[in-house]
Amino acid sequence: MTRITMTVDGVSYTDDVENRTLLVQYLREQLGKTGTVVGCDTTNCGACTVHLDGRSVKSCTVLAVQADGHEVRTVEGLATDGELAPIQQAFHDCHALQCGFCTPGMMMQSLDLLAENPDPTDEEIREGLEGNMCRCTGYQNIVKAVRQAAGTGAQS
Amino acid sequence: MIPAAFDYHAPTSVEEALRLLAESGDDVKVLAGGQSLLPVLKLRLAAPEVVVDLGRIDALRGVREDGEALVIGAMTPHHEVASDPLVQQHALLLREATRTVADPQVRHRGTFGGALAHADPAGDLLAPCLALDAEFVIAGQGGTRTVAAADFFQDYFTTAIDDGEILTEVRVPKHTGWRAHYEKFSRVAQQWSIVAIAVTLRSEGGTISEARVALTNMGTVPIRATAAEQALAGVAATPEAVAQAVAGIAEGTEPPSDLNGDADYRRHLATVLARRAVLAAAG
Repeated sequence: MTRITMTVDGVSYTDDVENRTLLVQYLREQLGKTGTVVGCDTTNCGACTVHLDGRSVKSCTVLAVQADGHEVRTVEGLATDGELAPIQQAFHDCHALQCGFCTPGMMMQSLDLLAENPDPTDEEIREGLEGNMCRCTGYQNIVKAVRQAAGTGAQS
Repeated sequence: MIPAAFDYHAPTSVEEALRLLAESGDDVKVLAGGQSLLPVLKLRLAAPEVVVDLGRIDALRGVREDGEALVIGAMTPHHEVASDPLVQQHALLLREATRTVADPQVRHRGTFGGALAHADPAGDLLAPCLALDAEFVIAGQGGTRTVAAADFFQDYFTTAIDDGEILTEVRVPKHTGWRAHYEKFSRVAQQWSIVAIAVTLRSEGGTISEARVALTNMGTVPIRATAAEQALAGVAATPEAVAQAVAGIAEGTEPPSDLNGDADYRRHLATVLARRAVLAAAG
């Protein structure tokens, strides 16, 4: 076991973890932050996307011990006081989710994309979300939602 | 899927990492960004007793100039390589290829040196390094040595890095102002190259003066297309002339046959992609 400390959604946590514990497993099973989901578990689908020190990563492909001393932000850190963040509101408004399983990762990757490119074209949105799969194939409305969020300045 | 249990070390210097490797016996893996190694561990295709994580060695990260060379630290993440102004200026081909690696999340974690040490024949950084005559700096307990790209890639997933050694940096001769294009063919998003062509060149008034060309996934190691390079020198950048110059680019290659295509298909792809790559680079 290794003792790790990390900040998750603004709160500092210190825990003992097995070296082989994945970041997503730590978030879900040890911290109870089940908003971040496991999809493919093979670095393909992007459903488990979180921000590590401000950049998007697939949390099924990061060890918890690698995130020791670092800062993690999950989908659970987006809303403030029950108010949806602009990216969440945009996904809601545009019906950018069907089953909803890809949504946490889609939103976290959309925020990363908008932070780098606040006014992306549709093609840039599609490329920026290349690492996220929607098995309902609801991509059209996801692109629409990211475009709407860009218009509201949703970079955070 | 969870990896098998392992001991974990996160050294903060190259010296400490080398000592840990020496003390850890035979069953040890070096962890860079983990975007290839962690899936392998999760699938239990490997179950090392010890993992040595280079992620906390700050000295291995970053891009700098050293005279006529651009020096890229092995632990520099792909997204930093792709956005680095020095890379854009002196080794544009590396930027073009790095931008096509996997997807944004993987490019945030995956590292330049990790991908090269992994040496997947379908990986996108091997051919560009070969085309640019990059040199690989390898540290071991006896000191450091430098290996040319042509000698670094030895076989399928096999490089000149020996047990107990680590790749610390890659030195790329400056190709200042050279144009470049990486033409990658894959069928779905974030996929490995079925075949890809790396080209960097200088041209004047629509005529190619010098070109460097290498092939991805056309064999167990990247392949330098020297005959095509010679044929391209002095050629007008027109579709017909370029097609003729690269027509023989797949001759003598032994590409893999798999579900994505057989060897003949890949050889055909290589000639088509090479023409596109050269024309795109010549702009």
